[in-house]
Amino acid sequence: MEVVLAIVIGALYGGGLYLMMRRNLIQLIIGLGLLSHGANLLIFTAGGLRGDVAPILAEGATKFAVTPADPLPQALILTAIVISFAVTAFALVLFLRTYQTVGTDDVDEMKETDT
Amino acid sequence: MPILLSICFIAAVLAPLVHRLCPKYTGAKLLAAPLAMFVWLLTKLPEVGHGHSITQSFPWVRKLGLEVAFHLDGLSLLFAALISGIGILILLYTQGYFKGDPRQGRFLMFIIAFMASMLGVVLADHLLLVFIFWELTSFTSYLLIGFNHENPAARNAALQAMLVTVLGGLFLLGGMILLADAAGTWRLSEIITRGHEITQHKHYLAILILVCIGAFTKSAQFPFHFWLPNAMQAPTPASAYLHSSTMVKAGVYLLARLHPALGHTEEWTLILTTIGTVTFLLGAIMALGQHVLKRLLAYTTVSALGAMVMLLGVGTKYTIQALSVFILAHAFYKATLFMVAGGVTHETGGETSVDQLGGLRKAMPISFACAVLAGLSMGGFPPFFGFVAKETWIHAVWDFPYLVVATVIGGAAYVLVGFSTGLKPFIGKKPEGLHAHEVPLSMRIGPIVLGLGCLALAFACGPIGHHFVQPAASAVYAKDLEVHLHLWAGFNKYLVVSLVTLALGIGCYLLRPFFVKTAAALKPLAKFGPDAIYQFKLDATLRFAAWHTKKLQTGILRDYIRVTVVSAVALIGAAFWRAGGYQGWENLSPISPRVAIFGGLMIFATFATVRSKSRLRSILSLGVVGFCMALLFTFFGAPDLAMTQLVIETLTVILLALAFHHLPVFRHGSSKRTRTIDAVIAAAVGVAVTLLVLAALDVQTPTPVSDYYLEHSYKEAHGRNVVNVILVDFRALDTLGEITVLAIAALGAYALLKLRPKKEEAEK
Repeated sequence: MEVVLAIVIGALYGGGLYLMMRRNLIQLIIGLGLLSHGANLLIFTAGGLRGDVAPILAEGATKFAVTPADPLPQALILTAIVISFAVTAFALVLFLRTYQTVGTDDVDEMKETDT
Repeated sequence: MPILLSICFIAAVLAPLVHRLCPKYTGAKLLAAPLAMFVWLLTKLPEVGHGHSITQSFPWVRKLGLEVAFHLDGLSLLFAALISGIGILILLYTQGYFKGDPRQGRFLMFIIAFMASMLGVVLADHLLLVFIFWELTSFTSYLLIGFNHENPAARNAALQAMLVTVLGGLFLLGGMILLADAAGTWRLSEIITRGHEITQHKHYLAILILVCIGAFTKSAQFPFHFWLPNAMQAPTPASAYLHSSTMVKAGVYLLARLHPALGHTEEWTLILTTIGTVTFLLGAIMALGQHVLKRLLAYTTVSALGAMVMLLGVGTKYTIQALSVFILAHAFYKATLFMVAGGVTHETGGETSVDQLGGLRKAMPISFACAVLAGLSMGGFPPFFGFVAKETWIHAVWDFPYLVVATVIGGAAYVLVGFSTGLKPFIGKKPEGLHAHEVPLSMRIGPIVLGLGCLALAFACGPIGHHFVQPAASAVYAKDLEVHLHLWAGFNKYLVVSLVTLALGIGCYLLRPFFVKTAAALKPLAKFGPDAIYQFKLDATLRFAAWHTKKLQTGILRDYIRVTVVSAVALIGAAFWRAGGYQGWENLSPISPRVAIFGGLMIFATFATVRSKSRLRSILSLGVVGFCMALLFTFFGAPDLAMTQLVIETLTVILLALAFHHLPVFRHGSSKRTRTIDAVIAAAVGVAVTLLVLAALDVQTPTPVSDYYLEHSYKEAHGRNVVNVILVDFRALDTLGEITVLAIAALGAYALLKLRPKKEEAEK
């Protein structure tokens, strides 16, 4: 099971970084999105997969009958997902404004647009 | 001891303040600090003289076994007395030298801080404490040499001195750690009792070489001698103090201190005698051709330091006795000559060349008298203390004929330098246009005390030998020695050699113009010398730094990503290579079809995102990746994650789609070749990360912290959903941080959207 996830994570990292190495800014933002998916899945998998029982206690029970999935990476990823959304949104707006102001989406050409 | 040392450091810090509040006689006020130390040392003289030593310590960092420990025995007493005693006179001298100069307070601060550090070096008992003070002396020396910081030569000399001595300090640190390891203690007073264990230890040679490099750089031994003559850029009080009587002797002190632990072996004798003799002769011969006052003195200082190392290297009880006498004699005459030289230059309006000076005896009678006393003592004329030192020395090396020859040659050079600096500026005809007058009182006291000292020590050499030299020599030799010094030992073979040296020296002095001419002719050779090698290496280092900064710091995001990613992949690869590849293939759990299907879909969507040439398609495939993520989360028992992911992914796609019609069409900015290289890099990252995840799975902590949360979530926080409890209860502060980030991002985005670049629009 893990091996599939590992390959998926590898693909997300590779694809994300490839896009981040492009000159086009919008590709950079999409690459960042892929990379954060990869990072989230990495935390999730590296914490160890412990079956499909959610870490939610049944009504009336005070103890888990079966060991549920690890709650800690889930909490971490939950935070990470939200924050990566904030970053993507901010980056997108920043890019839009930059594009409107300097008139190019190529990071190399932006070097010459210092005003 | 710690209190007196702290007083010195406090005095250093207060110096500029004192000078600002009442600028008159600052030096005289501040000399209370070294005076206290000096008096205290003198009161301890009888006790230490009887072979006792005084140890004071208190713990510093208990966990690391660090202590602030001080130790006073014969050797430290001799050095500490010289440092504080001459320090007193130097402070007075500084007051006259910098009279009316607003920088006086700053200079006093540096020099007192230096004095305190130097006292620390000779008094500290813990090796690391010695090292700290050692480095402090390098640092304060840097400040003092570069004191005239408007002058590029002074800045370069300061940097050079610091680089050489601090580099040596690093070697020393390595040597000290090995030494402490070999001896099983950091306390010097204990280390020196374990000589036998240390010289038999397998790291002995490494320790010896590392400590020697440290000491040789500090004490300007060949091939590190070049920084000392360059350091003469420092103001004269600093040269007189640091570069003749104190700091440069730190290396000699350390070697002498460690002699009981490291000495008495063939390696010790070989290294120290060879380097010492080479430095001794090199310094003496190079001094012959100098004409600048301070450089003449600097080269003989190099030479004298070489002699000290040489005597220490031989390591018999007579040479060690000679070493202790010579240290004392050298400090007295060299400091006097430096102070007089500084006075002469000061009062003649900056004249530094011996050949341009002459006939000052009438204008500066007291300086003249002091200079003669010191110059003759340096040359080794009777009845001066230099003569006593020379006699002891020749006696000590009598069994080593080549050292006797070296002594005669070096001794002759000392006579020449003694005459050139002590007599030449004052006798003969005064050159046209040379005006001078006597130095002020504060600048006179030092030379008078030390100059008369050269004479007085000789007549008091019996008690001096018994009270100062004997305890010091005993500490170096680690056995009780009986020292008997005589001014007149009768007419014997040593006296003959001494007289031959004097005659040869006077002959050399008469031939001085020839030496100066030869030295000028040989000047082109300097580009093969150690100084030139230093310069070449320094330049090469700077060029390399500039080149690699330019290569690595391009200012282009892509390059940073490439460098970071390639390094990370290389490191991960190296780790896997060392572990022999990934081992856990057979431990992997079986693959369920639904995971395989959606995993495959994610990979496909990722490639689609990367390959897509259309904006909309790449946004949509990014969405597919996100929704597949959400599904995977449900498969592995993370419903909260799945929900969050679903909502956020929807929002992201909507956001991107909203912005979509404002966005330009994709076009390829980079060449096909670049894209291929990037694809290879990206593929390598993919493989590395995959392996990394698999390897990480094998590393599971025995008791994950999660178990605590699972157990206490309901008991303590009364929540059934453990993930929620962690977020809002156990780790609530993290969530607060997260919300803050969201708020800031939202504010930033709003501000950006509201921002109207009015000016640019108006221009268009």
